[in-house]
Amino acid sequence: MIRVELPAHLRKLAKVDGEVELEVAEPVTLGTVLDALEARYPVLRGTIRDHGTLRRRAFLRYFACEQDLSLEAPDTPLPEAVVRGEEPFMVIGAIAGG
Amino acid sequence: MSGVRVLVGTKKGAFVLTSDERRQDWEVSGPHFAGWEIYHLKGSPVDPNRIYASQSSGWFGQMIQRSDDGGKTWEPVGNEFAYEGSTGTHQWYDGTQHPWEFKRIWHLEPSLHDPDVVYAGAEDAAIFRSIDGGKNWKELSGLRNHDSGPRWQPGAGGMAVHTILIDPTNLQRIFVAISAAGVFRTDDGGETWRPMNRGLTSKYIPDPDAEVGHCVHRIALHPSRPETLFMQMHWHVNRSDDGAETWRKVSGNLPTDFGFPIDVHAHEPETIYVVPIKSDSEHFPIDGKLQVYRSRTGGNEWEALTNGLPQSDCYVNVLRDAMAVDRLESCGIYFGTTGGQVYASADSGDTWTPIVRDLPAVLSVEVQTLP
Repeated sequence: MIRVELPAHLRKLAKVDGEVELEVAEPVTLGTVLDALEARYPVLRGTIRDHGTLRRRAFLRYFACEQDLSLEAPDTPLPEAVVRGEEPFMVIGAIAGG
Repeated sequence: MSGVRVLVGTKKGAFVLTSDERRQDWEVSGPHFAGWEIYHLKGSPVDPNRIYASQSSGWFGQMIQRSDDGGKTWEPVGNEFAYEGSTGTHQWYDGTQHPWEFKRIWHLEPSLHDPDVVYAGAEDAAIFRSIDGGKNWKELSGLRNHDSGPRWQPGAGGMAVHTILIDPTNLQRIFVAISAAGVFRTDDGGETWRPMNRGLTSKYIPDPDAEVGHCVHRIALHPSRPETLFMQMHWHVNRSDDGAETWRKVSGNLPTDFGFPIDVHAHEPETIYVVPIKSDSEHFPIDGKLQVYRSRTGGNEWEALTNGLPQSDCYVNVLRDAMAVDRLESCGIYFGTTGGQVYASADSGDTWTPIVRDLPAVLSVEVQTLP
């Protein structure tokens, strides 16, 4: 089971509390996890990745196991700890303020 | 008893204000979509319980929300706005060409006849249409692909289709306004579009006959006289009496003719309202006095309306989509400010009162008159 942590606004859109848990077939990559997330919660399509191009939206970042995966290719395997469900895959919004 | 429902879009959510026909006591619900920018909400004239809302965020992009119970509950509908075919380029701030990039929906205009049909005005400038209640959107690409497109340019606030007016006597005719390209009109339901800016003058455009490039802030019409349009431009208030074929200036005795919104009285097609703003570099009222100006002669002769509005130390702005009228017998006028107040007048502008005063900055105000 893959654990995914979403920003508060996306949790609200998806009507979920806390982490999302997803069944993702091997190989578990950035792309397959996001595909599974959007398949389970279609309302999230376009909010993390652009429609069509599937490019990451500029103010969001992907993290797992203290690594910034934002610039990795979609077929990049996620860390083993994420695959085993020990660590979450995190979608994080840039901090606003000042 | 009839009543009104005021739909308020703000920088941090949407609010729905309701009252009976006396318009004295108001119930406020919200924030809906808390934390998101709500550029615009608008109800269907056919089914007042059907309301569309544009919800956007720099982080998460564009959502469209739909209510089928008058704004009590909402469901997200389609949010895929894809430009048709080649994206093309427009003029950038430095004069170079820049590709069209979808940013957000500024304005939603439900059809006058079918609650499932709704138009959306986009930044970067384009118009989309949904015929299934907002689930799917298709660009009417004849507008963006007009020959003049490479000469359109963004204003400081972006390059957006911010106004969509449907001619109630001819559904094939739609007017849009774009900052900073100008007014365009279609007579074939959105397939082809023509610039309609003859007679407009802008001192920053040396060519007095420029086909496009005018920074039109807002246009409005009265449904009984769709050939007559009123315009608040970057500077100047203008009117047309021939379906936007030609325009003439009607700023008259306004203390400043810079501003954003303009609207028409529900029952008097020659009575119009603007909110004069000091200048394009000082976006607030002159001398800290918030004043609506009314003309009962379709322009040129204007009177200040101040009763109930702050007349000292007021430095708010009123944005282009933040004024609306109701259709009750004694016409109500409403506008929202960047300071979070929504002011209402139940007597055509003679007296004003804030019906809510501490919201986030108001981006848009629409009013539904309920049976």
